[in-house]
Amino acid sequence: MSTNDVTSDPDIRQTAAELATGDRTDTLLATDELRKDFGGFTATDDVDFSVKAGELRCLIGPNGAGKSTLLNLITGTYEPTAGSVYYNGHDITDLDPHQRVKRGISMKFQVPSVYGDLTVRENARLPIQRFADGAERRRRVDAAIEAAGLAGSEDVDASQLSHGQQQQLEIGMAASLEPDLLLLDEPVAGLDVAEREAIAERVTRLNEQEGIAFVVIEHDTDFVASIADEVTVLHNGDVFREGPVEEIESDPEVQRIYLGGEH
Amino acid sequence: MATETSAGSPADGSAGRLGRVRSYLEGPNTVGNSRQFWAGFLVALIALAAYPMLTNSYQVGRVTLFFVYAFLGLSLSIVWGYAGVLSFGQVVFFGVAGYTFGVISVNFATPAGITGAFVVGVLGGAAMAAVLGYFMFYGGVRDVYVTIITLVSTLVLHTFMAQTAGDEWTIGEAALGGFNGMPTIPNLALGVEGAALTFDNVTYYYFVLALLVGMYLALRVLVNSDYGRVMVAVREDEDRTQMFGYNVKRTKLTVFTLGGALAGLSGVLYAAWGNYMSPGVFELTFASLPVIWVSVGGRKSLLGALAATIGIEYFRNSLGGELAFVIVGALLLVFILGLPGGIVPWVDEKLVPWLQRIIQSRSTGAAAAPTEETD
Repeated sequence: MSTNDVTSDPDIRQTAAELATGDRTDTLLATDELRKDFGGFTATDDVDFSVKAGELRCLIGPNGAGKSTLLNLITGTYEPTAGSVYYNGHDITDLDPHQRVKRGISMKFQVPSVYGDLTVRENARLPIQRFADGAERRRRVDAAIEAAGLAGSEDVDASQLSHGQQQQLEIGMAASLEPDLLLLDEPVAGLDVAEREAIAERVTRLNEQEGIAFVVIEHDTDFVASIADEVTVLHNGDVFREGPVEEIESDPEVQRIYLGGEH
Repeated sequence: MATETSAGSPADGSAGRLGRVRSYLEGPNTVGNSRQFWAGFLVALIALAAYPMLTNSYQVGRVTLFFVYAFLGLSLSIVWGYAGVLSFGQVVFFGVAGYTFGVISVNFATPAGITGAFVVGVLGGAAMAAVLGYFMFYGGVRDVYVTIITLVSTLVLHTFMAQTAGDEWTIGEAALGGFNGMPTIPNLALGVEGAALTFDNVTYYYFVLALLVGMYLALRVLVNSDYGRVMVAVREDEDRTQMFGYNVKRTKLTVFTLGGALAGLSGVLYAAWGNYMSPGVFELTFASLPVIWVSVGGRKSLLGALAATIGIEYFRNSLGGELAFVIVGALLLVFILGLPGGIVPWVDEKLVPWLQRIIQSRSTGAAAAPTEETD
């Protein structure tokens, strides 16, 4: 479907208008027929996906379903082949990633990517220095380190931290931007049970106490069940199911695509 | 070392002020954050200041050239070492600035004209970097492709300048001269007629040294500032840094332009030093020298770039000829394979702590008075 088709579709124009005028104020993020082709491969196939303010939504689906691509389209790391992204009622499709961050979207990548050469304190300072100075900056940096459970390790190079500590530090850095929407790509992959629980507890707290909306890509069903309100299932680059976590868990169709049965 | 916060105590005013100055100059992005380092720095400075009195004018002129090259080394250190952009094109900005200085100063050979040529030359280097950088970074060119494009730019300029022998390549009084280059570029002069600073070998040495020390300290302040932290973050992970709300393309362009200005400064000082520019500055051998200096000294260290540039050039110049190039090339290989971080960071992280341990164990072994490190 070409861009022309999208804009001439009355339904989509309607949605865009509603978003732009703020009629659906509880919708924080919405994608309209968002498509990304890599050569001949369609990674996301005209996806309509939305997130309400303050909700905690998990994004699941088999490998290759298009989850990471969708996140990268939301952050602006990828340019879509067609379709639009709306955030807070504005079309942000043409914005660069850093401009989207300034509007309140933050993301933690799949691979822990703290700055290994920098100390924990330097890491924590980087996002905060953009908007806080002096004593206020020190307070926020200390708070971010404390929240990541790294008090006392301020002067350690981040590369020396364990995998779990790096994940915690990075979530802390993403959260210190005080975003309205935080995207997490497999935050607990490769972590042990205790570390998973710590991350789950952290995410839930940020969601409930600070009202940050989350989109979390995760394979671990227990983890999903422990944090999510709502679940979106992606399959073959499109939304397959959406609904409350209990409903999705017991959906035989969802189990079938995860087990790789024919469809 | 990190808690240099005694600066706040009102009891010692001068030490407090010194502490504040040091807090700008020191940080995790530079080597040499101790009182001992600054003492050594001062001693080195005094020695360099005394050097012209101990030797002849020829030697002074020779060492001045190494200082001139040090700006070129520093330019690559901030661009590559701090912002992660490996450029083979620093000599482009060096050469463009040198030629610009030459053309203007030959045409306006008065102190005011030469001063103008100095400024326009440096700005020319910066402008060239800004244009090249804009198309690269905003065109989405990254990593090794930047290296290739900058290298090709160097070679293109070499070919271009080498064919400027004809009369049509005479700008006013100044003939570009093709392969033979551009002789009769005047010495540097700053100011206006009647009230101008002019330089002989020895005063030029002091001028370049002072400029170099000032630039080194200024760059230390830069890389240890908030902006320096962003530069390092861009070097470490562009995508991540973007997701903290930083405009990575603009950061790279800004640093690249600053690097162009620094390389340009080097080029202008070079042209005024030798009264000569030639397409040789765009040759592959010269283009690879900054990469060698910075790799050997330690690309993530300004001091490394500074020390290695001066050291390697001293060595290369003393030895002379093709053999020097072979040895310097071999040096690069040895360092990339054996000590990829470079000499200066190795000294800072391994050698100095090792020496300190030895000294400490010796003094405690002798049951001497407590030798607690003050820093």
